[in-house]
Amino acid sequence: MAHAASIEHDEHHSAPSGFFRRWVCSTNHKDIGTMYLVFSLTMFFIGGSLAMTIRAELFEPGMQLVQPYFFNELTTMHGLVMIFGAIMPAFVGLANWMLPMMVGAPDMALPRMNNWSFWILPFAFALLLSTFFMAGGAPAGGWTMYPPLVLQGGDSIAFLIFSIHLMGISSIMGAINIIATVLNMRAPGMDLLKMPIFVWSWLITAFLLIAVMPVLAGAVTMLLTDKYFGTSFFNAAGGGDPVMYQHVFWFFGHPEVYIMILPAFGIISEIIPTFSRKPLFGYKAMVYALACIAFLSFTVWAHHMFTVGMPLGGELFFMYATMLIAIPTGVKVFNWVTTMWRGSLSFETPMLFAIAFVILFTIGGFSGVMLALVPADFQYQDTYFVVAHFHYVLVTGAAFAIMGAVYYWIPKWSGNMYSETLGKVHFWSSVISVNVLFFPQHFLGLAGMPRRIPDYNVAFANFNMISSIGGFWFGASQLLFIGMIVHCVFFSKKRATSEVWETAHGLEWTLPSPAPHHSFTVPPLIDDSKLAHGDVTH
Amino acid sequence: MRYMKSGGTGRGATGALGMLLALASGAAMANPVPWQLNMTKGVTPIAQQVYDLHMLGFWVCVGIGVVVFAAMGIAMFRFRRSRGAVAERWSHNTRLEVVWTVIPVLILIALAWPATTLLVKEVDTSNSALTIKVTGYQWKWRYDYVDYKGNAVSKVGFMSKLAFDSNKARQLDSGIDPWTVSDNGEHDYLLNVDHMLVLPTHTKIRFVITGGDVIHSWWVPELGWKIDAIPGVVNEAWATIDTAGTYRGQCAELCGQDHAFMPIVVKAVAPAQFGQWLAAQQDAANLDRAARTAQAEPAAAQPRG
Repeated sequence: MAHAASIEHDEHHSAPSGFFRRWVCSTNHKDIGTMYLVFSLTMFFIGGSLAMTIRAELFEPGMQLVQPYFFNELTTMHGLVMIFGAIMPAFVGLANWMLPMMVGAPDMALPRMNNWSFWILPFAFALLLSTFFMAGGAPAGGWTMYPPLVLQGGDSIAFLIFSIHLMGISSIMGAINIIATVLNMRAPGMDLLKMPIFVWSWLITAFLLIAVMPVLAGAVTMLLTDKYFGTSFFNAAGGGDPVMYQHVFWFFGHPEVYIMILPAFGIISEIIPTFSRKPLFGYKAMVYALACIAFLSFTVWAHHMFTVGMPLGGELFFMYATMLIAIPTGVKVFNWVTTMWRGSLSFETPMLFAIAFVILFTIGGFSGVMLALVPADFQYQDTYFVVAHFHYVLVTGAAFAIMGAVYYWIPKWSGNMYSETLGKVHFWSSVISVNVLFFPQHFLGLAGMPRRIPDYNVAFANFNMISSIGGFWFGASQLLFIGMIVHCVFFSKKRATSEVWETAHGLEWTLPSPAPHHSFTVPPLIDDSKLAHGDVTH
Repeated sequence: MRYMKSGGTGRGATGALGMLLALASGAAMANPVPWQLNMTKGVTPIAQQVYDLHMLGFWVCVGIGVVVFAAMGIAMFRFRRSRGAVAERWSHNTRLEVVWTVIPVLILIALAWPATTLLVKEVDTSNSALTIKVTGYQWKWRYDYVDYKGNAVSKVGFMSKLAFDSNKARQLDSGIDPWTVSDNGEHDYLLNVDHMLVLPTHTKIRFVITGGDVIHSWWVPELGWKIDAIPGVVNEAWATIDTAGTYRGQCAELCGQDHAFMPIVVKAVAPAQFGQWLAAQQDAANLDRAARTAQAEPAAAQPRG
C-alpha cells in the first residue's frame, strides 16, 4: 500500500499521511479506486487458485486430489469470488478512478459513502472465505444457490447469505455514488451526450445495479428464512416452488451479466478510438445500444432456465427477447470495427487487449445466439458448452477489458509508463493460453460433458487435459500482470506525459500524470474538439 | 461416428476401434468418443432436427464471424500507422448503421423460425404409446413403467444407479485406472448403471419427470433434449427412438456431492422384444406380490389385540 503514497508525492494538497488516515479513513476517489483495484486483483488470484485446483482435478479422469463435495465447494466459491470479488469491484475501482476525471469533477459526489462501500467488501469476503475453514465446509450448491440443494449445506449458508447482503449494500452504495457523480458533478458544458462512453456505460450499469441487487437480496433472504425460520418459499412440500427461486434469482442474474459487461464495452469504446487515432464511430448509436441492452436485460432472465419445463409461450418469449439482444450488441461490434477502418492503428498493449476483446467476446456472443435457440439449448444447457460460453464473455470479455483498462490508464495513475515488452508478453501469453483453456470446452459440452462434475468418462480425457494445460498456463501468465504493475509503479524510470497516448482525447488526459490528489478543483473548460468521442455533431 | 479422428492415444484408438466394430455389427452405441468435436445427431427424428438447428446456428455464426473478423484483419493490416496510414475523421454513416441493424434482424428471424417450429413439435406429448415416470434422487434414478399401449402397467419399476466397477474406480485414490473400466471393449467409466432403462424402438414414449429431493436433470444426448427433475413439479417430454442400441447420459443439474455419479443408460430394443421383457417383469412383480401376500396373510388374519 505504501506505493500509492509515493505515487502521489507531495505535489498537490497532498494525501493524508499515515496508513490509517490515508487508507482506512479515505474519502478520496483515487485512493478508494486503488483499494478497489488491489482488492479485485487479490480476489482474482484467490478465485484463480480455486480454478487451478478445479483444473488440476479435471486434468485426467478419476479422482486424484479432492473429494467430490469439496470440488463443489471449489466451483461454487470460484464463481462467487470471481463475479462479486474480482470483476465487479474492478469496474467500481475503475469508475472511482476515472469518472470524476472524465466528467471534470473534483471527486465523487458522496465521498464518505464511497469509503463505506469499499470497506464493506473485505469484511464480506472474509466472512465468505472463512467458510472454507468451518465444520461442513464452504457453500457447495453452485454460485446460483438453487434450493433445495443449497439448503442442504451447513451453517456456511448463513455466512454466504450475510456476505451477499453486504456485497449488495456495497454495490448499491457504489451505484448511487456513481449516478450522483455523473448527474450532478459534470463540469459546465459536459452535456450528457458529450460524456465519454465509459461514463455512459457506468451510468447505465449503476441503474441496473440499483434495480437488481435488492432482488438478489430478497431471493437469498427467502433462502435464509426457508432454512432457519420454517418458511416454505421454495419448499414444494410446504406449498412453495423451487422454480420460483430460479425466476427471482435470474431476474437479478441476467442484468448482472450486463453489469459485468457494459463497463467493459465502455472501456473498449475509449481504447479503440485512441489507438486508431480516429473518433469513435456512431457515438450516439453506441449510447443507445447500451441503453437498449440494459433495458432488454430485464426481459430475458428465463433463458437460463429453458429446461425447467416452462410453457411453450414462455419459452418462445424468452427465446425471441434473447435473440433481440444480439442486435444492439452487433451494433457495438460493427461500430468498433468501423472505428478501426481507415484509422491509423498502432498496437500498444491496451489496443491488443481491446482487439482481443472484440474478437473473443464476439465468439462468446456467437455461442450466446446458439444458446438462445431453445431446442438446441435443450442439448447445450448445463454442459461445458455453457461453461465455454460464459468464460469467453467474462474472461476474454470482462477480464480482458479490465486488463486493457489498467494498461491504458496506469500511466495516468502512477505517472510512469509500464514496460511495453512485459505488457506484450503478458498479452500474447494470456490470449493464447485462454483459448487453449476455453475453446476445447465447447467440444466437451457438445460431446456430452455436463458442467460442475469432478470426474468424467475417458472419452472426455483429451480435451480436458488440453484445457487444464491452458488453464495452468493462463494462471501463470497473470503473474506477469502483477510483475507489470509492480514494475510500472515502483521501478519504471520512464515518466508519463499528461496526454500519455498521442491523440488520446478526454478530460483525464488534460491532468498531469500522476493525476493530482484532487482532480478538478476548478471546473475545466470543455473544448469540444478534445472530447473523448471526438465528434460532438453526432 | 463422423467426429472420430484417428485416436490420439493408443487407448483412444482402441476405443475408436471398439466403436467401429460395434457399428459394423449393426447395433448403435452412443457413448461420447475421444476427440469428439460436435453434437450427436441422435437416434430420434427430433434429435436429428436439433442437430440441424445447432448446425444452422453454427454456420450463421461462422458466416458473420468471417465477415467481421475479415474486416478487422484488413483494418489491422492496411490501416497500420507503421505502414504510413493517416486516420480519416469521419465518425458517422446513417445508411451503414441502418443496414447493419436490419440485416441481423433478418438473420435472427431465419434462425427463430425453424427453432419455433421444432419447439412446437417437441412439447407435443400427445398420442404416446408408453409412459415412463422418471424420478431423480440423490444420487440415482428411479424408473416406473406407467402405461403401455393404453394399459396400465403395475409394479414395474426400479432404481438405477452407477455400476459397481465405476463406483469402485471413482473413489478418491482408488488406484483403479478409469481406462480399465469397460464392457465389451466400450469404455463406460461413469456412464454405466446397474439397471438400464429398457425402451421400445419406433414407439412414441412419453416421459414424466420429477425430483424426489433436490433438482436433477435427465439428459440422454441421443434423445436430443434434457429436462429438469424438480421436486413438486412434473415435467413432460417425449422421444421416438429409431435405432436399437444403448444410449448413455448423465444428470445435468448440480445435485450434490455425487452429481457426477448418477448416469443414465437407455437400452432401446425392438417393440416385440420390449413387450416380452415388460410381460416378464410384470409376471415377476405379480409372483413376488403373490408370494408376499401369502406370507403376510396368516399374520393379517390374526385378530388385533
